[in-house]
Amino acid sequence: MAKENLLYSKDHEWVLREGNAVTVGITDYAQHELGDVVFVDLPAVGKGLKKGDPAANIESVKAVSDVYSPVTGKVSDVNAKLGDHPELVNQDPFGDGWIFKLSVDQVSELDELMDLKKYEEYLKGIAGE
Amino acid sequence: MRYLPLTDAEREEMKRAIGIADVRELFTCIPSGQCRPPLGKLPKALSEPELLAVFREFGRRNGFAAALSFLGAGAHSHFIPEVVSYLSSKGEFLTPYTPYQPEVSQGSLQAIFEYQTMMAMLTGLDVANASLYDGASAAAEAVLLAVRRSGRSRVLLAESLHPEYAAVIRTYVQNLAIELVPVAVEGASGRVSVSDLRSQLDDATAAFVFQSPNFLGVVEDGKAIAAAVHERKAFAVQVVAEAMSLAYLTPPGEVGADMAVGEAQSFGLPLGFGGPYLGFMAVREEFMRQMPGRLVGETRDLDGQRGYVLTLSTREQHIKREKATSNICSNEAWCAMRAGMYLAVMGQAGLACAARACHLNAAYFVRQAAALAGIRVVYARNFFNEVLVEVRKGSAADLAAALKKKGILAGVPLAWFDAGQKNRLLLAFSELHDRAAIDRLLAAIGEAS
Amino acid sequence: MSHLPKLIFELSREGKIGCGLNEADVPAEPAVDAELRRGAIADFPQVSEVEIVRHYMALAKLNYSVDAGFYPLGSCTMKYNPKVNERLAAAEELQAHPYAPHDLVQGNLEIMARLEEWLVELTGMAGFTLTPAAGAHGEFAGMLVVRKYLQEKGDPRRVVLIPDSAHGTNPASAHFAGYEVREIASSANGTIGLAELRPHLTPDVAALMMTNPNTLGIFESDIMVVAEALHANGSLLYMDGANLNALLGIVRPGDLGVDVMHINLHKTFSTPHGGGGPGSGPVGVAANLLPYLPVPRVRKGGSGYEVVYDDPRSIGRVKNFYGHFLVIVRALAYLMALGRENVGRVAEDAVLNANYVRSQLQGLLDLPYKAPTLHEVVFSDSGLPVKTLDIAKRLLDYGVHPFTIYFPLIVHGAMMIEPTESESKETLDDFIAVMKVILGEARENPELLRQAPTRTPVRRLDETQAARKPVLRWRKGEVR
Repeated sequence: MAKENLLYSKDHEWVLREGNAVTVGITDYAQHELGDVVFVDLPAVGKGLKKGDPAANIESVKAVSDVYSPVTGKVSDVNAKLGDHPELVNQDPFGDGWIFKLSVDQVSELDELMDLKKYEEYLKGIAGE
Repeated sequence: MRYLPLTDAEREEMKRAIGIADVRELFTCIPSGQCRPPLGKLPKALSEPELLAVFREFGRRNGFAAALSFLGAGAHSHFIPEVVSYLSSKGEFLTPYTPYQPEVSQGSLQAIFEYQTMMAMLTGLDVANASLYDGASAAAEAVLLAVRRSGRSRVLLAESLHPEYAAVIRTYVQNLAIELVPVAVEGASGRVSVSDLRSQLDDATAAFVFQSPNFLGVVEDGKAIAAAVHERKAFAVQVVAEAMSLAYLTPPGEVGADMAVGEAQSFGLPLGFGGPYLGFMAVREEFMRQMPGRLVGETRDLDGQRGYVLTLSTREQHIKREKATSNICSNEAWCAMRAGMYLAVMGQAGLACAARACHLNAAYFVRQAAALAGIRVVYARNFFNEVLVEVRKGSAADLAAALKKKGILAGVPLAWFDAGQKNRLLLAFSELHDRAAIDRLLAAIGEAS
Repeated sequence: MSHLPKLIFELSREGKIGCGLNEADVPAEPAVDAELRRGAIADFPQVSEVEIVRHYMALAKLNYSVDAGFYPLGSCTMKYNPKVNERLAAAEELQAHPYAPHDLVQGNLEIMARLEEWLVELTGMAGFTLTPAAGAHGEFAGMLVVRKYLQEKGDPRRVVLIPDSAHGTNPASAHFAGYEVREIASSANGTIGLAELRPHLTPDVAALMMTNPNTLGIFESDIMVVAEALHANGSLLYMDGANLNALLGIVRPGDLGVDVMHINLHKTFSTPHGGGGPGSGPVGVAANLLPYLPVPRVRKGGSGYEVVYDDPRSIGRVKNFYGHFLVIVRALAYLMALGRENVGRVAEDAVLNANYVRSQLQGLLDLPYKAPTLHEVVFSDSGLPVKTLDIAKRLLDYGVHPFTIYFPLIVHGAMMIEPTESESKETLDDFIAVMKVILGEARENPELLRQAPTRTPVRRLDETQAARKPVLRWRKGEVR
């Protein structure tokens, strides 16, 4: 998955837009910070989420992190492979490590996310702190 | 002072190394008006012989040890093999820290892994944790787990739960959005009314918490209860206040319970005037990641050797903080390890023997008590080791007082918990009682009532 | 062949017996329906007494312990556990049933009353409950007390303020008491003063939970003005007493404006850690909060010691029975052995030891918070060619238990060192020497640290696999 096509949130989620649906995962930076992922708590298909709601929960050996819904919508699919293979989040965060899909209510909310360039600048800012 | 190894000469050296002249310079941060309060009210230091004498004197002011006791109700007197006391008192088991550095803690970790396994075997469930504080708080944690897992907020509690367990559950949920609803007990059978249970269950119910054997000593029809609860897709939580019953009765897992929680003090822990005891929790695998408390898991080290670690720690407070499954940190690790030692020593045969003796002793009392005019055994069947007795004349407290004069603690008067129950007494029998002791009890009751 | 002990289940053989109990001498006439009874407990251990003793002796050999060596664990206060206290706690005369009539357990009730007196005198709080089973349990009970008190005044409020340096049990306990947690940032000095408090001190704040000294080992010197500001706002000050060892006999939290505090008997008061518990977490309160303490409470009546079981204003019961009585016995014995002459000495030596270690290590390790510290000191791994974890694991190879690592969260790669007063100067010098060697290794040959430990019974364990595919029990026939 080419990273330029994606949008990014301040919580290190990536968003792939396909019409009125999005796929959501976490970035390479996030998986690296978390360490080895041991469990992913997925949302229920059909669940309604507002932008910013905690959608999924990722546990590593030493930390736990919420994955927030980047936009308002309804969960249309979840990556069931993560049940037996949570390590996919570490190994292929932009590909097979995707977490959930949403049908989007308000497409305009996508404009509030960052493009790759802005996200890379954002990462530089964090590193500098 | 024997607990303070520094000598004055060493203190001088260290002060020089730090660059101070007086240790008080290290405490200048303390507000001067509050610094070094007078401690005149505190007594002076005791030498070791003096300390032993003071505590002997405390012991002399206790009269319990001389009495023949039939007290139970959540704390039980059982035989503790000497090996258990010997091994558990070793410094390598008593004085380590929590095994957060597993490479130097394999002794503790493996011992707890063995304990977890044995509790899972005894309860007939998949996974047991490394301990909670006691039976009452374990019951409260089960309520919280059921609510968390189901997303529902209504919890039914059998009225035959140990009153202190019910009280602790109420304390734990007092500021949370959880509704507790009582389910009645049938006076005739001493068991939960399954019809009342069915009428109270609804789609907002997270769980039904029942105790078996219950506070009146009666063994519940757990299968009927679990079936009714599961019809509404709620969880069946069985509370066990006398863990010895797990070695005699159908285990919670086979009965259909989703979780079993309770008190494992009966497994090798002294009465200790109430603590420290041992809360246990065992659950079906689906609840594993929601369990409170520590868990020991098996894994391999860099050389491929089998080893043990604390695992699934991200549920816990030191990582999840306010989102943790519980706030528990220190648990009853040493008690759990000691219980594991007890279970290993007693073994399959010894545990069955002790449990059998508990029940047979209680059954013998019940049969013989039929001949006593002054009392009535309320539930003469389907108990484990506790028997509810009703006094026909006067109060249970009067009977207990009369027997106390003869050196017998006949049982726990229910009036302790419910002022309305003035004529009932709960008696507990253990494998430490023999026929002569029970005959003595019967004779004394006969004379007094 | 592994040199590690087998599991007890792997030693088990059909027919072996470990216990010496006879069958009951009453007729074998059970009174339970057959369908309520279980069969044999499948695969339960059957091991002889001799083999059980050898099994646990082998496990004992794998354990580090305070009896064996130094534990410089910050925030844990791993001091010596006096052996006479074990004898006292095992005394037959103290082992009463908790429902024994009170006239038969006056000695035990007096033990509890005396410990409460000691704690009142040492802390300046008005009264204590001894029922909570651990520090976190005490925090929970303490926060329930706060809430009940405020509720009676008309508004329980919504929020509890907690510094970013706090122990994880603080926010967890506040949450279970029904509060929303608001984290507040410590100052550049690592402390909480009015500047840090004021922006957050809104009318919906019920309390501030503060550890003093804080988890950096620094005394919260603004505590009195912070308490005043809280009280003016109708809020309360909760003190986490985990670090009380630095203050014993030196200053009393009650004199500093603290309203509620918990104590860890297994830290400050020398009761053994037991591999993770049991502890005991008494909670002390100011006079106006006494009615809300959990039941039961022991008090001196006309004809001896009595127990109060019901109090409509109490938060209720947090525990079965009275609390961890045998832990209370050990704590009282410890205090009686110290006496008023030595209580202050404990804090002085604890603080002297910590400052000595600090003086010897501060040239070698980054010290992010340079304010004076009391009984513990926190270094960071900044500027080191290795991680804190690697240093910790290499310490194991030198026979020393590591310090607390990665806590508090506000220090990168935190190394929290608390020697306690139980350690001799020789032990501290040995520790410092070992640290110097390891830091040298970190520069010359960091791989040694990353591969450490190599001299322990097991090497680093795969915690990822343990969490991904949890194996939490043995099952017969399972091959892993």
